[in-house]
Amino acid sequence: MRIALFVTCIVDAMVPAAGQATVAVLERLGHQVVFPPGQTCCGQMHVNTGYATDAIGLVRRHVDTFEPYEVVVAPSGSCVGSVRHQHAEVARRAGDDALAVRAEAVAARTYELSELLVDVLEVTDVGASYPHRVTYHPTCHSLRLLRVGDRPLRLLRAVRGLDLVELPAAEQCCGFGGTFAIKNADTSTAMLADKMRAVLDTGAEVCTAGDSSCLLHIGGGLSRLRTGVRAVHLAEILASREGIA
Amino acid sequence: MSVYLGIPTAPPGVGHLRGDRPFPEAARSALADPQLRANLRRATGTIRAKRAAVVAEVPDWDALREAGAAVKAATLAGLDRYLVQLEERVTAHGGQVHWARDAAEANGIVADLVRATGADEVVKVKSMATQEIGLNEALAAAGITAHETDLAELIVQLGHDAPSHILVPAIHRNRAEIREIFRREMPGVDPGLTDDPRALAEAARRHLRQRFLSARVAVSGANFAVAETGTLVVVESEGNGRMCLTLPETLITVMGIEKVVPTWADLEVFLQLLPRSSTGERMNPYTSMWTGVHRTTGSSGERSSNDGPRAVHLVLVDNGRTAVLADQVGRDALRCIRCSACLNVCPVYERTGGHAYGSVYPGPIGAVLSPQLTGVADPVAASLPYASSLCGACYDACPVKIDIPRLLVHLRGRVVEEKRAAHRVPTPEDALMTAAAWTMGRPERWARALRAARLGRLLGRRRGRISTLPPPGSGWTASRDLPLPPPETFRDWWTRTHGTTQ
Repeated sequence: MRIALFVTCIVDAMVPAAGQATVAVLERLGHQVVFPPGQTCCGQMHVNTGYATDAIGLVRRHVDTFEPYEVVVAPSGSCVGSVRHQHAEVARRAGDDALAVRAEAVAARTYELSELLVDVLEVTDVGASYPHRVTYHPTCHSLRLLRVGDRPLRLLRAVRGLDLVELPAAEQCCGFGGTFAIKNADTSTAMLADKMRAVLDTGAEVCTAGDSSCLLHIGGGLSRLRTGVRAVHLAEILASREGIA
Repeated sequence: MSVYLGIPTAPPGVGHLRGDRPFPEAARSALADPQLRANLRRATGTIRAKRAAVVAEVPDWDALREAGAAVKAATLAGLDRYLVQLEERVTAHGGQVHWARDAAEANGIVADLVRATGADEVVKVKSMATQEIGLNEALAAAGITAHETDLAELIVQLGHDAPSHILVPAIHRNRAEIREIFRREMPGVDPGLTDDPRALAEAARRHLRQRFLSARVAVSGANFAVAETGTLVVVESEGNGRMCLTLPETLITVMGIEKVVPTWADLEVFLQLLPRSSTGERMNPYTSMWTGVHRTTGSSGERSSNDGPRAVHLVLVDNGRTAVLADQVGRDALRCIRCSACLNVCPVYERTGGHAYGSVYPGPIGAVLSPQLTGVADPVAASLPYASSLCGACYDACPVKIDIPRLLVHLRGRVVEEKRAAHRVPTPEDALMTAAAWTMGRPERWARALRAARLGRLLGRRRGRISTLPPPGSGWTASRDLPLPPPETFRDWWTRTHGTTQ
């Protein structure tokens, strides 16, 4: 299958390893990955901070960029959530109904990585090996906007050598929330503290999730406290092979 | 006066919809109080589990939520008609209906009604509307003492405190603190009072019993008002409401205009949704309903009023609600039935408590309702739609399916519009967002910006991570490290390894 990668701005700029891993997993499964170079950002930061009118250009660019592709994948529940639940509304509010219809069509072909693997490619064992104790944090947008359910867990359970430990109070938000992390830094930190406590209680070496944004937040806290626990994107675990992990 | 689309919002200077500090600042104090954090964690955790258990028992819960949302949406669309119908039916049954444009008018109407009875004290059933308009303070100014009779509301009143939760106004207190408040403030209380919940409840019962028996006037809110019959409904757990609604001679009910439901068939939906969502009970212990003045038919066929209140008043309060109704997206907040499920599941509320929101309506619903009632021009109100990580737990819990995250985002948009209209020079945030939109508007600009960001590697070159950034990034690095920008962006890696083919 020919799959267009929507890498997301955060992965492009800050966590290229998550994008590279997404490519590695899909290529290993025999699919062709393409990276449409016109892409930049889905505009979620603008929309969620109150600047939806400034996001219309980004929505138009996204639709123009990904419209030619049959299947689009992103290593992020949050950015796919924005594509599915915000793009058409931003377009409609800007009075561009034609763009809204096109945005809905692109959204219908856009999948978060675990959705693409489990639902479209119908695979849970991607041939990965990752001999570590891992706990999984379901990010809010993958959980409640996309309803990915246990798809990421099914993928993780199939990874050789991986010791998956359940995260207590897993469904509680980690406190990232985009610009919330800065505008309400104290409350965000209080939420992060509880999430880190839960992660540390599991004894895991690695906390994984499907969103690099939340992982930058959780990992940033774990690093600040010198816990030695790493935050690693789900794609990176799925890309790991024996001897390379 | 502040207006939205030409419609007045709730006036300042009266009632409790506006805080005095923006949310991040008020939250900081709350976050620093370990006792408060422990009280909230325990209480919200308990009630969350109870709710989840009783909601899971109902096989058609989602269909019920759909029905609740649909009934409320249809009612709001025809609110003008249903309110007039309600007035007709209440009046036909011997009640009197008063219309209050805002908090000040509502308070004036109630004070005049109480004064006309000659009473100088009233007993009160827990009511959000009267808290919203600051009725107790207004009555005090008119020389009338209001006695709260709901246990938690009594704790708040005796403690000279403010409610911090819609359903459990004293959720921020634990029982040791409650014992201290009772010992200090309750006349004639046993000085040896323990913090055993039964002993505390018994002390409150003794304190209240005298008030119920002597009060001539009661003030209540209403959970629902059925337009087709003019019936008012109060749902409660302690029986204090039933006492207030039946014993005094005069009953004054203060109700927001959005509480009306068209028919009894509609009411049935909400009487299933509300208790499971709020207290986590299958059914609440007391549901009181009254239709105008209670009348009995005597043996000779004459109608007399010898049971229940002889005078029944209904004060319908707008106080910004019509302005909320004018916002086609924001109006969904008026569906709220005040169950407080969204507060109990909210990770922000659990850590900051209700006082940080500065309004009687805290938590997620407060963050979308309060700033609409007051208007978002005020910087404190403008901070509320941002008091959320948009995690979406509130939407999942809401029994009338208010898409609170969507409303929060919509109101953030209104805040930005308001700021742009008020200031000719863009705020620093606005300038950053405009610059970001420009940069991301073209992939070449974006790629250049990413290469420039690699200079950030210098910031943390010694430690391998970035631990300090100037504002606004300092908000991040106060508690979180940031990894160094990678030596190669994803798109540069792609070009190097896969070329420029698509």
